[in-house]
Amino acid sequence: MKDEVESREDRVGKLKGLGCSRKRVEDARFTQGKGNYVDDIKLDGMLFGDFVRSPYAHARITGINIDAALKVPGVLAVLTAKDLEPLGLHWMPTLAGDRQMVLADGKVLFQGQEVAFVVAEDRYAAADGIEAVEVEYEELPVLVNPFESLKSDVVLREDTVDEDGAPKDGAHGPRKHHNHIFTWEAGDRDTTEQVISEAEVVAESDMYYHRTHPCPLETCGCVASMDKVNGKLTLWGTFQAPHAIRTVVSLISGIEEHNIRVISPDIGGGFGNKVGAYPGYVCSVVASIVTGKPVKWIEDRMDNLMTTAFARDYHMTGRISATKDGKITGLHCHVTADHGGFDACADPTKFPAGFMNICTGSYDIPTAFLEVDGVYTNKAPGGVSYRCSFRVTEAVYFIERMIEVLAIKLNMDAAELRRINFIRKEQFPYTAALGWEYDSGDYHTAWEKALKAVDYEGLRAEQAQRIEDFKAGKTRKLMGIGLSFFTEIVGAGPVKNCDILGLGMFDSCEIRIHPTGSAIARLGTISQGQGHATTFAQILASEIGLPADSITIEEGDTDTAPYGLGTYGSRSTPVAGAATAMAGRKIRAKAQMIAAYLLEVHDDDVEFDVDRFVVKGAPERFKTMKEIAFAAYNQAIPGIEPGLEAVSYYDPPNMTYPFGAYVCVMDIDVDTGVPEIRRFYALDDCGTRINPMIIEGQVHGGLTEALAVALGQEIAYDDMGNVKTGTLMDFFLPTAWEVPNYETDHTVTPSPHHPIGAKGVGESPHVGGVPCFSNAVQDAFRPFGNVHTNMPHDHWRIWKTAHDLGLHG
Amino acid sequence: MGKKMHIQMTVNGKAEEFLAEPRELLIYTLRERLNITGPHIGCETSHCGACTVTLNGKSVKACTVFVAQADGSEITTIEGLGTPDALHPLQVAFKEHHGLQCGYCTPGMITRATKLLEENPNPTEEEIRFGMAGNICRCTGYQNIVKSIKAAAAEMNAAKEAAE
Amino acid sequence: MIPASFEYYRPKDLDGVLALLRDHGDDARVMAGGHSLIPMMKLRMAEVPHLIDLQDVAGLRGIEVGAEGIRLGAMVTQSEIIAHDGLAQAAPILREAALQIADPQVRNMGTVGGNVANGDPGNDMPGLMQCLDAAFTLVGPDSERQVAARDFYEAAYMTAREDDEVLTAVTIPLPKGGHAYEKQKRKIGDYATAAAAVQILKEGGSCASASIAMTNLSDTPIFCEEAGAALVGSTLDTAALDAAVAAMQAAIDPSEDNRGPVDFKRHVAGVILRRAIERAWSRA
Repeated sequence: MKDEVESREDRVGKLKGLGCSRKRVEDARFTQGKGNYVDDIKLDGMLFGDFVRSPYAHARITGINIDAALKVPGVLAVLTAKDLEPLGLHWMPTLAGDRQMVLADGKVLFQGQEVAFVVAEDRYAAADGIEAVEVEYEELPVLVNPFESLKSDVVLREDTVDEDGAPKDGAHGPRKHHNHIFTWEAGDRDTTEQVISEAEVVAESDMYYHRTHPCPLETCGCVASMDKVNGKLTLWGTFQAPHAIRTVVSLISGIEEHNIRVISPDIGGGFGNKVGAYPGYVCSVVASIVTGKPVKWIEDRMDNLMTTAFARDYHMTGRISATKDGKITGLHCHVTADHGGFDACADPTKFPAGFMNICTGSYDIPTAFLEVDGVYTNKAPGGVSYRCSFRVTEAVYFIERMIEVLAIKLNMDAAELRRINFIRKEQFPYTAALGWEYDSGDYHTAWEKALKAVDYEGLRAEQAQRIEDFKAGKTRKLMGIGLSFFTEIVGAGPVKNCDILGLGMFDSCEIRIHPTGSAIARLGTISQGQGHATTFAQILASEIGLPADSITIEEGDTDTAPYGLGTYGSRSTPVAGAATAMAGRKIRAKAQMIAAYLLEVHDDDVEFDVDRFVVKGAPERFKTMKEIAFAAYNQAIPGIEPGLEAVSYYDPPNMTYPFGAYVCVMDIDVDTGVPEIRRFYALDDCGTRINPMIIEGQVHGGLTEALAVALGQEIAYDDMGNVKTGTLMDFFLPTAWEVPNYETDHTVTPSPHHPIGAKGVGESPHVGGVPCFSNAVQDAFRPFGNVHTNMPHDHWRIWKTAHDLGLHG
Repeated sequence: MGKKMHIQMTVNGKAEEFLAEPRELLIYTLRERLNITGPHIGCETSHCGACTVTLNGKSVKACTVFVAQADGSEITTIEGLGTPDALHPLQVAFKEHHGLQCGYCTPGMITRATKLLEENPNPTEEEIRFGMAGNICRCTGYQNIVKSIKAAAAEMNAAKEAAE
Repeated sequence: MIPASFEYYRPKDLDGVLALLRDHGDDARVMAGGHSLIPMMKLRMAEVPHLIDLQDVAGLRGIEVGAEGIRLGAMVTQSEIIAHDGLAQAAPILREAALQIADPQVRNMGTVGGNVANGDPGNDMPGLMQCLDAAFTLVGPDSERQVAARDFYEAAYMTAREDDEVLTAVTIPLPKGGHAYEKQKRKIGDYATAAAAVQILKEGGSCASASIAMTNLSDTPIFCEEAGAALVGSTLDTAALDAAVAAMQAAIDPSEDNRGPVDFKRHVAGVILRRAIERAWSRA
């Protein structure tokens, strides 16, 4: 037999398992235009629904006249809050324990808010119908600044106050003001205050992490189809969490969960935008129930940017204390979080500010305190994790800026300050002052490798020369060296502290091995470009010894896939990837018994070897997994059920903590404010590496999104609450022309608790990238007295920094 | 609703005839009327290029062309570039070099790249980046797209040389 | 984003266009590449009950480079300008500017006629044509007339073109000397934060003539005669440059938008102009 002469290495190679840069199985359909995205779905008799939206940010609705709209040829129905009220669907619960209007119930709270839903035979009639709906508004005072909102007499959410106007308790306890949502604390307030007040050195900074948006290239949308004959509702949509959507739809519609089938088809990027539940989904379902026909709703780009799922909008105030020689002693952080008109953050229930309490970063900070106040304003609801794990971007930005600010105060090199304060390798598992237990890390090794790779000393020498040249009038370009060292907290998460709407954040994998030695595995997650069909098969290939090419991965259909919480927060590999490995091990355990039976030895006398079980000490006696698979179906084995299947629901014991070291070199034209990225080096440690090609691709993409956020991508409002950045002319998505090449590198520190040691990587480059780009801009101006300037560092803001520092003469 | 007009066009080599309102956008004609769903809709304001097709030999953004304008035209979409058994070298290269992730921009990206390589069969990295600047990708950071197009160019040039 | 319904016309000749304009008055609009108009229609910011597509109209295409000057048919696309070698020889500033407009796909549809005619202050061609002292041919029901680009723009989207006239061609005297089109923008596809078109003639080491126009710094393009005059006779020393920049800054009237506030735009306009002049001078 050929197998007998094959080397072990060849057999490993054939599996295309862990560590292999396997080409993606998804690509055949995508490169041939045969992807199947939600807007590609076309059903018989399908109708189109779309929204009448508010032009005002805050207004009372005094009348809605739909008569003219109903006369538009092709318009079948116009739904308003009045129609939804008898069904109890004019409001819906948010993931953050608040509620949100599905259609405007008497007033609107942000520009673009959904006022009425026009259902028509095609998208043209729907558009004409929208134009014909007459809405009378009475404008109300607009609050776009959370600090003013907290002082204002204007009550934004009348449903959250009692008869006397006093705020009722919210989902996270007492509220301080009628426009206040919650206060969330972590750490030790008194000790932190004491440490800081007694410290040798204290650095302080206010920083605003601006509002932005995940803006995947495909917007959100769905097709709802109520089959009145069988009583079954099918809902296709851009859902990053299809199973949770099924449960939510069941809870709010009253349709039993077994009668609902949610399908996430191919998804054109998510980045957090597609985690939440939006009014469009509810209205499509209602419209389908009302009309008995399938109803499609696809938001346009302006709808997308203006209404579904903003990210960040964190006003952060920090104080950091240290000894004179740079050992950090304490950290204090206060956040005023602008949540818009409804608190629709997508965070685990117990974490209204997500994992902001990872804001002690990669440093051994003995004492810390964090306080977050959530506030209502007249802006769109959301607060999603845009390519990050629940506010980790904000936390990492905060600490990586505070480190820089402290370095300035200490007149110390920022790379050295980090080195002095890193959690040391031998301290892991490390319990941080704000409560998290970091599973593993080797920060010093990564840092030294990064600094060496970029010749950090050389860069600083070049920068010093540049400053001299600048001062001598020989150049108008400054040079910035951006550093960042980040620790992420991903893989939410342990059911003991992580749930969404009461659903524990485990994940799942179900495997069926077919008689001829191929397999299908289904998971509770859903790829939006991460390549799950490729990488999960690799995990499984290494676990069960069947080639990845013989394993189909399927996700996103709630009728077939096991329940899981979906894909966001870099949780797929840490949680569903672990479930995959564990389910694979169950397969292997049964296969071992079958092999032992076939080889006529005791179970303990065979051992797994790549793609087979061999008799210990007699490697020439073996059964391949392929042979075992067949035996599972064709042999009556005493004491063993036929078939070879397994399912695992994995509740992770801890989060995983990927980390990385990034360096950016930037030239800045002080006269125009134009930055030029000369070099970007990214070292990522995501533990065990499943597919290096895909990891590298994720790093490139995450860094590019970081570049955009740091250098210009913003959802900006004027004082009247009008969105100023509603199209891709003004909302900055860089093209190939504005993006540099990146150098990628890695170290490997496996997670000690994850079955294969993997940690997740999709979001790391975004989390670490944003502060790195920002630090590069700010570092360029450090020699001239800059301490902190806010993002986005677009041309005019960079110019303003130069201007304010007197660099324009 | 407006008056419908008679439209003729050739799409991926196939003659099509139908009645349509002139305001119908070419991208919807392709996607909804002709079931050619490779080209996608990303921004609707001619910035992102997800809807890129070849119209009378030129790359255009089909979200900003009325079907009436395209009456009498010849159109090629991603579906017309290769077959499963004979893929276009760009289709091969994008897979080989991980030039895509979610796949949403890919049809427009590859369709545009075919014209770029016709206009400039041996582009430098800078020329690729400039020539592809009408197509936004949110996933890849472009590095592997550039790599894919370079590789496809080399492949196509080698094939051309071999044929000569 | 779906526009309102409209009647569509694709006349074969100019008479057909003029007849439609006469019949429908304000309700009719001509469309070249459509890349300014269609987005406005989709956003329902422009209502066009009668849309006249110029693509089949005879005589609106073609690039002619003669001894006296250049004629660009209104339907000449930005891509055609870029690809035309004779044009690159005769007036290289056209290619330099066209390459900085939008992206390849949009340049395949976007025309010189559409770009100069619609009066969008963000468009690059109007300022460029003012710099080159181009003239626009306007054909009306009874007459044909030439209007200098420098006299054409009245306010944002307001031009000297009457509702019943069609802009059919742009004629440009052969430019002399060195050129530069310098544009700062946030990204590909953006309008200018500030852009400068400069054409300079050098004779015997000093500046014999200079033409300067700025884009997106007022509600019209700004041709700044004083700025050019400040350079004439000089060797482009610092004082002359400073005077040109000062004259330009006195002439522009930028407004705040997402690209930045007024003081920033003024400053950047100065930097961009200075760089454009220096580059044009180096080529003169």
